[in-house]
Amino acid sequence: MEMPIPNPAIIARKARVVERLQGVLPVDAVIFDERETRAYECDALTAYRCPPMVAVLPSTTQEVSDVLRICFEEGVPVVPRGSGTSLAGGALPTADCVILGVARMNDVIETDYENRIIRVQTGRTNLSVTGAVEENGFFYAPDPSSQLACAIAGNIAMNSGGAHCLKYGVTTNNLMGVKMVLMDGEIVDVGGGHLDAGGLDLLGLICGSEGQLGVVTEATLRILHKPEGARPVLIGFDDNEVAGACVSDIIKAGVLPVAIEFMDRPCIEATEAFAKAGYPMCEALLIVEVEGSDAEIDHQLALISDIARRHNPVELRQSKSSEESAKIWLGRKSAFGAMGQINDYMCLDGTIPVSSLPHVLKRIGEMSDHYGLKVGNVFHAGDGNMHPLILFDANKPGDLELCEEFGAEILKLCVEVGGCLTGEHGVGIEKRDLMHVQYAADDLDAQMGVKDVFDPAWLLNPAKVFPLDASESRRTIKLAAE
Amino acid sequence: MGITSEEALVDAVKAARGPLAVRGGGTRGVPAAGDVLSVAGLNGITLYEPGSLTVVAQAGTPVAEIEAALAKENQRLAFEPMDHRGLLGTVGEPTIGGVMAANVSGPRRISVGAARDFLLGVRFVDGRGAVVKNGGRVMKNVTGYDLVKLMAGSYGTLGVLSEVSLKVLPRPETQATLVLHGLDDDAGIAALAQALGSPFEVTGAAHSPAAQKTTLRIEGFETSVAYRLGRLRELLATTGAEMDVQTTKASEDMWHQTRDVAAFQNQEGDIWRVSCKPSDGPKLAAGSGAQEWFYDWAGGLIWLRAAPGHDLRGALGSFVGHATLVRADVQTKARLGMFHPESTGVARLTAGLRAQFDPKSIFNAGLMERAA
Repeated sequence: MEMPIPNPAIIARKARVVERLQGVLPVDAVIFDERETRAYECDALTAYRCPPMVAVLPSTTQEVSDVLRICFEEGVPVVPRGSGTSLAGGALPTADCVILGVARMNDVIETDYENRIIRVQTGRTNLSVTGAVEENGFFYAPDPSSQLACAIAGNIAMNSGGAHCLKYGVTTNNLMGVKMVLMDGEIVDVGGGHLDAGGLDLLGLICGSEGQLGVVTEATLRILHKPEGARPVLIGFDDNEVAGACVSDIIKAGVLPVAIEFMDRPCIEATEAFAKAGYPMCEALLIVEVEGSDAEIDHQLALISDIARRHNPVELRQSKSSEESAKIWLGRKSAFGAMGQINDYMCLDGTIPVSSLPHVLKRIGEMSDHYGLKVGNVFHAGDGNMHPLILFDANKPGDLELCEEFGAEILKLCVEVGGCLTGEHGVGIEKRDLMHVQYAADDLDAQMGVKDVFDPAWLLNPAKVFPLDASESRRTIKLAAE
Repeated sequence: MGITSEEALVDAVKAARGPLAVRGGGTRGVPAAGDVLSVAGLNGITLYEPGSLTVVAQAGTPVAEIEAALAKENQRLAFEPMDHRGLLGTVGEPTIGGVMAANVSGPRRISVGAARDFLLGVRFVDGRGAVVKNGGRVMKNVTGYDLVKLMAGSYGTLGVLSEVSLKVLPRPETQATLVLHGLDDDAGIAALAQALGSPFEVTGAAHSPAAQKTTLRIEGFETSVAYRLGRLRELLATTGAEMDVQTTKASEDMWHQTRDVAAFQNQEGDIWRVSCKPSDGPKLAAGSGAQEWFYDWAGGLIWLRAAPGHDLRGALGSFVGHATLVRADVQTKARLGMFHPESTGVARLTAGLRAQFDPKSIFNAGLMERAA
């Protein structure tokens, strides 16, 4: 994956930039020693690494504003960072950049049960938002699988989803307001405790902009009361196509499960060997979870089971207790770990229309044979958000490149059938150069035009999201002017 | 202009020499100067996959046509778009493009989200005449910036929608409404907050001071609706209010009336719509100088009727939220502005976006711009 050549003129100014940053931040909040900046050299896309020139850890919105103003005046690129759990390289530094980490900003500012909102600093982790309200029976709905570690800042940047978004939506559907600092240091408030924008929906635009429009320091989030209970049913099929048809029928029947998860045979085999959850050995396995009171759950699970029986399942197991639920979820939750036991893997998250599921799985199988790399498929079937895990050997020369090529082919297939490159991980650097597959030049220009408004000098996370050739003229204006 | 294709739309935008009044069915009372640019001729559902919960339609497709197609599959537009014709006295056919351009959502907004949350993808023509697509027809999509949300609620000022793709939802088996009688504004809003803070999945929460009725809608399978109504009754027993239940058709009618602001349809005066923090509602309404009001969205949406020309926004002063002037004569709309003024920082960004998408300022010129 290509990154722009670091600007030597900026690196030459390092001492001055550090001195100015030290003027507005506590001593321990400016990290510039090369042994220490290495801690920020990558995010969860670990195949790509580059220590930043400087890393800063501000504690307040004002400090964030001071840092951005200085970087703006000095013409230094800034890469915002939440907890560094991006799978797409969203927080990958360049050698001439300042990493702005929000990890020290993790306070709860306000909880308001009457209006069902919580206001937090964005360095707070996703799970600890729920942690702050759960003793009163409330929770924050978006639940990316990295929720123990990932920060709200990163959730907003990537518009993170999770297993339960079929019912509760993704970050953008649960975000009510932000305090954001623009690249020139200006602090802007958008939205708040009320619903919907009075003018243009800037909130919707900011969410998912991958840290390219501003640094969000505070967020107002919608919280909900927890359901009375939740239980899944596990359904096994000897045919992917039949499993896909069953998903469609469940959705059409008017039951809205909170989650519909899908695993294929390679994935079932790997997780059984690893977690021993007692899954049936079959071609496809669905886990469908519903919520409500005990009686409501029983009613919905009975409906789902009736639909499933019409598709001749090889296994149908309704959970009747929390122990049985935990056992059904055990394999699914250890799927990534299980695949990781076998080999290194690359995880993609292209999304497809649910109706294309059988076709896409068949094509992925054929491609797997062609590339000689194994793939396990585990994904959120209710919304078509795939997660093919391609196994490769990082120590074998050429295997990573082969795997990336295979991955790109899968994502092109997702677009071809009417889907998209990424459903919840974001573009980052990983899918940046594939954006041409999904978008025409005018489509990309319209998006880049938005960045021109928020960050005219293209200093915020500049080498992400847009193909380098498409963004080059915008990114290099600043260099030419120097 | 009889535009029936996206190409013709491009040609019309490129040929424009002055401002264009962008229009779908023309039912939502949006004042705009210039030649009318109507997309009503861009008509038809292009794709409907009930099993994927998605529908794609041209922007001028009547909402009624989409709702009819969905009803056949027992699905619906869950955000429950308001029909403005009764309130505004407009005629014509509301279009799906108009719904999205104005981000029109009804009472169910509090539980399922707004129109913008159901918009999965758009095609539009910008002020240069370029066709832009964004999003797609899948429910989870973070590929690039979300211009879909930006277009929703932009009232045609950034571009003219040519096609939209939407998420739809199953129509529940049944519905019922719990009605609490005799509560004042404060007690009514507090009861709604209590109900929404429960696990019983309320999909409508309104309070009418005139009728002294506080209403809570429950939808789903019949046994589940009965169970949750019972639990809500227990929960709200502390209010001391008398309660009864309206079922099926009576419940549906009640929420159509709330959605379409039926209470003010044949009444004189200006109509304002205030979005606020629900708990701020009663105080804001009481200080607004309005003659009459009612609350939807558990108090977070207040519909107010005021004397013609009354500056209700001015009376409210500074608060978390915004006030939109929905119905008034042309002079009042021009004097007070339809939309709430924005803070300096936000106004600078929105002006910048307008200049990017519509550099010649031809689309509904000046409609939304009002810096504080």
